[in-house]
Amino acid sequence: MFDNLSLLGLVPMLNLQLLLDGLLIGSVFALAAYGLALVWGVMNIKNLAQGDFVIMGGYITFTLSQPPINLHPILSIPIIFVLMFVFGWGLYHTIIKRVIERDLFTSLLATFGLAIVIQQLINLAYGPDVQTADAGMEIREFFGGEITIADTKLVSFLLALVVGLLITFFMKKSRMGRAIRATSQDARAARIMGVDTDRVYAFTFSLNAAICGVAGVLISIIWVIQPFFGITHSIRSFVIVTSAGFGNLIGVILSALGLGAVEQFSGFIFGAEFQQATVVGLLVGVLIIRQIMQSRQRQVVQ
Amino acid sequence: MQSLCNKLYFAGLVLVIALALSLPVQAKVVGNKIILGSAISFTGKYSSNGIHASNGYNLGIKRVNEMGGVKVGGKTYLLEVKYYDDESTPARGAQLAERLIKQDGIKYFLGPYSSGLTKAIAPVTEKYKIPMVEAEGASRSLFTQGYKYLFAVLSTSEQYLASAVALAAEVNKENGKSPGDVKVAMAFENDPFSLDVRAGVVDDIKKHGLKIVVDDKLPRDLSDMTPTLRKAKALKADLLVVSGHSKGAATAGRQVIEMKVNVPMIAVTHCESAKLIKKFGSGVNGFLCPTQWAETLTYSGRHFGTAAEYDALFKASFDGYKNVPYQAAQASAAVLVWAEAFESADSFDTEALRDAIAATDMKTFYGNIRFSVAGNNIAKPMVLRQIQNGKLNVVAPSKWASHPVQWPR
Repeated sequence: MFDNLSLLGLVPMLNLQLLLDGLLIGSVFALAAYGLALVWGVMNIKNLAQGDFVIMGGYITFTLSQPPINLHPILSIPIIFVLMFVFGWGLYHTIIKRVIERDLFTSLLATFGLAIVIQQLINLAYGPDVQTADAGMEIREFFGGEITIADTKLVSFLLALVVGLLITFFMKKSRMGRAIRATSQDARAARIMGVDTDRVYAFTFSLNAAICGVAGVLISIIWVIQPFFGITHSIRSFVIVTSAGFGNLIGVILSALGLGAVEQFSGFIFGAEFQQATVVGLLVGVLIIRQIMQSRQRQVVQ
Repeated sequence: MQSLCNKLYFAGLVLVIALALSLPVQAKVVGNKIILGSAISFTGKYSSNGIHASNGYNLGIKRVNEMGGVKVGGKTYLLEVKYYDDESTPARGAQLAERLIKQDGIKYFLGPYSSGLTKAIAPVTEKYKIPMVEAEGASRSLFTQGYKYLFAVLSTSEQYLASAVALAAEVNKENGKSPGDVKVAMAFENDPFSLDVRAGVVDDIKKHGLKIVVDDKLPRDLSDMTPTLRKAKALKADLLVVSGHSKGAATAGRQVIEMKVNVPMIAVTHCESAKLIKKFGSGVNGFLCPTQWAETLTYSGRHFGTAAEYDALFKASFDGYKNVPYQAAQASAAVLVWAEAFESADSFDTEALRDAIAATDMKTFYGNIRFSVAGNNIAKPMVLRQIQNGKLNVVAPSKWASHPVQWPR
């Protein structure tokens, strides 16, 4: 551990490299996290199948990139957006609709069950082997090879940014966006004002699935996918949303980028086995801090 | 009257069944046939490899019988195997082993598929003092229990990447680098198999006096090993060793390319199951992959001739094989060990046979076979293949190599 710290001190470029690695991958985390913030904030559904939607998007990308279709992964993004949107719509009307008014545990259990079903279906269809989709992009070197950045990561970063901006714009300017915001503030009031909240819910959930699908495309070209890897993406989304709060896109993006960087640094300093442990550790830390902050606020209210 | 008849009939039936159950059938040698027994995975998660193994057993048996069987006490006997399907579950495997011994009277065992099942069955065969020659359980822990009746023809897991360490020491020495300056970066998954592999690597690093600079444990849900690879790159490691099943191999393949990790030698387990060549093409050129056996090796023996001849015979005997899996080859080799043991012991007595197996020293298409006191094969090294232009070529040990190693990769 101290060796690794001193290495970071000796080779300052490494810090920059790890920071870049973290920020670039963090942007992909931001997508799934923003989707979660949406469903959590608007529908009060804590979707435990979030990561599995991501993996599903990855597997569709993989399928489309194979013969006979041979579609370039980046070009498959619109298709996956639409497919996952339809999937989310179907899922809302079959399952989510029935648990949305119930208590916390019903929705947790339902989405947890959903996660298991998705994992096993992917496992049945593709087997437990890891898969990747190849975007066949360049790898750039800077400072005489001290810093390397794969174009796939840069493109993912930009795409995540574009999708994020589009969603923000959509939420601010469109009629549906306004309806979503109104529903999240007060569903009953929105209903009285003539908002079809059922449609809003269905749309929100589908939008979330679609965003996750896009994140899956990016994950499949940057990392590797496997039927059971969804859970780590779910956990990341939860950590990000709990620390940023919902309805705060800038906060979600910032904490996603931060999480990406923290993961890379902790993996470097403490070893790969602590890379994911840090994420969970952070969740605990964030919850404790939030609790303290809240109890302070409550005292003021009292 | 009718009911009395029924009762008598029923009582008779019960008596017959009870008799059938209580009498162990003496099936170990029937007429001119010697019956071997094996519980193997025809269904469940190991079924594909279980079937490879049973095909290997069948081909071994067929070949031995074609060559006239085995001679015991001046009389010729043919071999045969009685299989049960263990459904890939250890508990079932142990049950079936018991059944093979107690009900079917089998005295000669061939192993199941996987270390887990071998671990479940070995205590049973040990209890009844039944010799078992296994071909598919590589875990080191099988040979630290002091089992006397367990013999394995394959190399154990701690040998998987040890030859890569030896190769790194050798190549760097040729290029004027003293062992103490050869830096090794290691990344192993935190599971029993990979940790076995790690133990072997660490032993060999100590033996050759190399230096460990990175020693990371990979998590189970591994999809990113950027920090580990960054470390290896920054520290200018001379050898990178990764073992984490197929996900470890795939992640390493992807990220080594993406990060231009310019380590001159990279060794990874599970190259084949991760389909590295198909996934990453020329990007993974120069990766070293350990294997138990390859058809290009120059091994040869009495029964099958050379490795290449075995390969051809296997493909001709079974449909649907593009490549012969080493799981099948080592299964055939286990049968050959039994055939030799029957002839050299010249007896059906299990104790005499155990001693004959323990004294085995033979050359086969699968490699040399000689057992240590613990029962593992110490005469056959693990073979290292290197990915060279999309093909896996044997590069080490140099005695059997078909191609020179490309270094730096």
